[in-house]
Amino acid sequence: MAVCIAVIAKENYPLYIRSVPTENELKFHYTVHTSLDVVDEKISAMGKALVDQRELYLGLLYPTEDYKVYLCHSFGQAIVGYGYVTNSKVKFVMVVDSSNTALRDNEIRSMFRKLHNSYTDIMCNPFYNPGDRIHSRAFDTMVNSMMMQVC
Amino acid sequence: MEQGPAGGSGPAAAAGAGGLLLPLSETEQQRYSELFSRCCPPPEAAAGGSSVGELFRASQLPPDTLHQITTTKILSSTLLLPYTEPHCDLGLAGEGVDEAFYRQLKYPHDHKPSPPSSATLVSSGKIAQLGTQSRRVLQNTGDEFLIQITEVCGAKRVGYFGPAQFYIALKLIAAAQSGFPVRIESIKNELPLPRFMALKNDTEVRYGTPAEFHGVKFQVPHATLEKNSYKRTDEGDKQEPKSPPMSPICSPPASPSTYQRTPLSYGYGKARSGLEQQHGGRIVLQKFRVASKGLNPPGLVKAMWRRQAAGLKNKCKAVLMEEAAPYEVRHSTHQQDGPSSGNYGAKSALTCATPNRGSFDVVQNWCSAFGSWEIEECESGFLRFPMPFWWPPCGWCQCPSLQSLSVEREQQDSGTQYSDDPWRITEEQRDYYINQFRSLQPDLNAFISGSVAKNFFTKSKLPILELSHIWELSDVDCDGALTLAEFCAAFHLVVARKNGYQLPETLPETLLPEYLQAACLKPMRDCALFDSYSEPLPSSQQSRDLSRTEKSSAEEVPDNSALLQDGKKDDKQALKVSTALKTIPKEFQHLTVKAVAQEHNALRARPRSRSYSSTSIEDAMKKGEEPPTPPPRPQKSHSRASSLDLNKIFQQNTQAVRSGWLPPPPPALPPRPSVSQTEQPSEVELHPQMNRPPSQAEENSSAKKEVALAQPPSKPARRKLRTEAQGLETPELSPTINVTSSLPAAKPHLPVQKQSSKQKRTIQTAIRKNKEANAVLARLNSELQQQLKEVHKERIALETQLEQLRPVTVL
Repeated sequence: MAVCIAVIAKENYPLYIRSVPTENELKFHYTVHTSLDVVDEKISAMGKALVDQRELYLGLLYPTEDYKVYLCHSFGQAIVGYGYVTNSKVKFVMVVDSSNTALRDNEIRSMFRKLHNSYTDIMCNPFYNPGDRIHSRAFDTMVNSMMMQVC
Repeated sequence: MEQGPAGGSGPAAAAGAGGLLLPLSETEQQRYSELFSRCCPPPEAAAGGSSVGELFRASQLPPDTLHQITTTKILSSTLLLPYTEPHCDLGLAGEGVDEAFYRQLKYPHDHKPSPPSSATLVSSGKIAQLGTQSRRVLQNTGDEFLIQITEVCGAKRVGYFGPAQFYIALKLIAAAQSGFPVRIESIKNELPLPRFMALKNDTEVRYGTPAEFHGVKFQVPHATLEKNSYKRTDEGDKQEPKSPPMSPICSPPASPSTYQRTPLSYGYGKARSGLEQQHGGRIVLQKFRVASKGLNPPGLVKAMWRRQAAGLKNKCKAVLMEEAAPYEVRHSTHQQDGPSSGNYGAKSALTCATPNRGSFDVVQNWCSAFGSWEIEECESGFLRFPMPFWWPPCGWCQCPSLQSLSVEREQQDSGTQYSDDPWRITEEQRDYYINQFRSLQPDLNAFISGSVAKNFFTKSKLPILELSHIWELSDVDCDGALTLAEFCAAFHLVVARKNGYQLPETLPETLLPEYLQAACLKPMRDCALFDSYSEPLPSSQQSRDLSRTEKSSAEEVPDNSALLQDGKKDDKQALKVSTALKTIPKEFQHLTVKAVAQEHNALRARPRSRSYSSTSIEDAMKKGEEPPTPPPRPQKSHSRASSLDLNKIFQQNTQAVRSGWLPPPPPALPPRPSVSQTEQPSEVELHPQMNRPPSQAEENSSAKKEVALAQPPSKPARRKLRTEAQGLETPELSPTINVTSSLPAAKPHLPVQKQSSKQKRTIQTAIRKNKEANAVLARLNSELQQQLKEVHKERIALETQLEQLRPVTVL
């Protein structure tokens, strides 16, 4: 139930952001934005580890309880954010709705892997300049599938 | 009817009335009068609006121009005839038969006369019928020209076409065809005679003087076709929304004079005749319909069609059939497909004798008209080829008319081999693409890198976004490089886009690399593949059903743009081996291609799975598994053993040598063996070192090498030993022996000095090699230790499990 998927560049500007269209779409964007801080924090914490060992998958970004409470208040549902950073410091942030079924960690990881795959496909396109917004239709399709399948 | 004098007086009258001299040359007068007579049924001296309308339409001008012409204010009311129709439009400015006829033309389904508004006079449907056109030239919709012309020449105002109006209209048509604006002034220019396409399916087949076909590029048949289809579907949505199609020429017409009667001698050999035929058929169809409504009983029309179709390409027939609405006729033509299936060129098809001479001529003319399509050069500078490919009208891809077209296609029996599908690469295109590929990359089996391709395609001046999308579509394996097939697909998409076709969302099947590669390989296979790929359109034909059942399992159904006609499939089947044979290879091909496609996907997936190694536990496991790979190394113990054997051999040799060389004095023995031992270990080390590097590759040969290598070192070793032994001997030996050995000791002094440097070098290399070997061994040791630990753990775990499972024995 990914409600929002965002690809953030190294410089922390969005390359791609897509949400399930709801009235609270802006809220999702805000969530993504605030999650960037958490991502940076995690990255810096891992900075000392060997590059080989560093996990690309950052896992749950928000403490679940707090967020749940907060969001229950405003949304009536809990949304949690997950983060993933690539070796080139491109971040994928996914906001999921965990109210219905709790998505397992592996599923989240597989979703990120698919995102990463699609992102590398975009990179392979010589007409794509890194740092541009992503307009790839294949990427869109993949993201849509991810968002709809879980909903 | 001799209209000469009338023709002469007409202009004069017009001139008098309008105060404008209408200069008509001799030829013009003749021509005009002739045309006028055609349009005028004998009793009247003024051309019925309908016939005039037809004529004008045949001039292939966009209707608005024609409209202008006819409504020009020059024409006064002094014209001629007792037409008192209140309606001004061309469509109704006839009376009696003409009117009814015309109205029927205009509104085929409209059975009651109703006064159409003047604006709809030259409704697109009408125009379509006889082939107006050339939006490309004049950038107008078809209707407008005729409307303009009618306006300008004053017939609209007057309500009918008198000779004066008629002649003026003709002049305006000529002007418009020559590219002049539809204005009164333009008729003053020296104009060639106006050109008209085949007007009617009746007798007169002499049309527009050929000479005038030079200047203007007309998308004649296309517009015709569009309009025809427009009319046919009667939905009004068939107008080509995109840029007009390109003409399919491979070679420009030799001369327009060949246009009229010569059966398609030029430019047709390679022409994608199917479509033309189709369109020719359509046009013929229109005529027939017209004729049929007024004149012929439907049965006769059908018969005419049938005969007509016999000489035409399949598609054409199918179109005819569809038009005729007697679908049962289609089946008959179906059967006729077989014999005529061999005809690809319109030429050959049309030159099939048909009993219906008149219709044949008409069709011939139409098709020759198609042949006069000129090469449409690509807009972009870089694709500066007289690209001999053509695009079907009404882009198949995302044109709203696709629905109707697909319907039409359904009913067509076998289309041409190449055809209407813009996403199918023709042979010339393929060759062109291959040449371009070669210019970028001489090896056809190699890749074009992303940057090279980027530079190349950027020259096409398409926006980067579109180029990016094209790349995305064509680079199937997403490796950032283009193979030949991918390059062809990309190039094809670029060209398509340049010609106005919208890019599809997904890659059409005909552009898939597997398909293209297969197509490159064998044309036969191509057909089979093609069949298996064709879209599952509903069809009553068996072959289609067969392929459809295959295709129902097709992986990806491209969007409408990728429709490959069933007709084509059938055509191929008819052409090539029997259907039974084909189905088998079809399925096979289908499966193989699918398999290939899956393989490709798998290939895609595989590198990917390898790329993320740190995100999952499995990856950690993989890493853990890596250390075990060295286990083959311990087999070197055998090699070591062999080296040990060799060492033993060497020891024996050396001992033998030593014994051979000198009698070993007992006190001197200990140092010697020690020396020999130090030598031996070095040799031992040498051997394993030599063993280990080559062991992975070749062990036997390395063993031999070791022996060979060992021997030279052993020789100096032997010598060393000998000399050292001698050296050692000398001081240890009693002076008594000294005397005896001094002599022999003296001799080897010199060689000892020479050999000492060698010894040093060898010792140093040996030391280095030993160190390396040590390092390797240490690493190996650590790995093995880890493995041992793990195995121990596992063993312990298993043992505990066993203990738990075993029933407790109570003593």
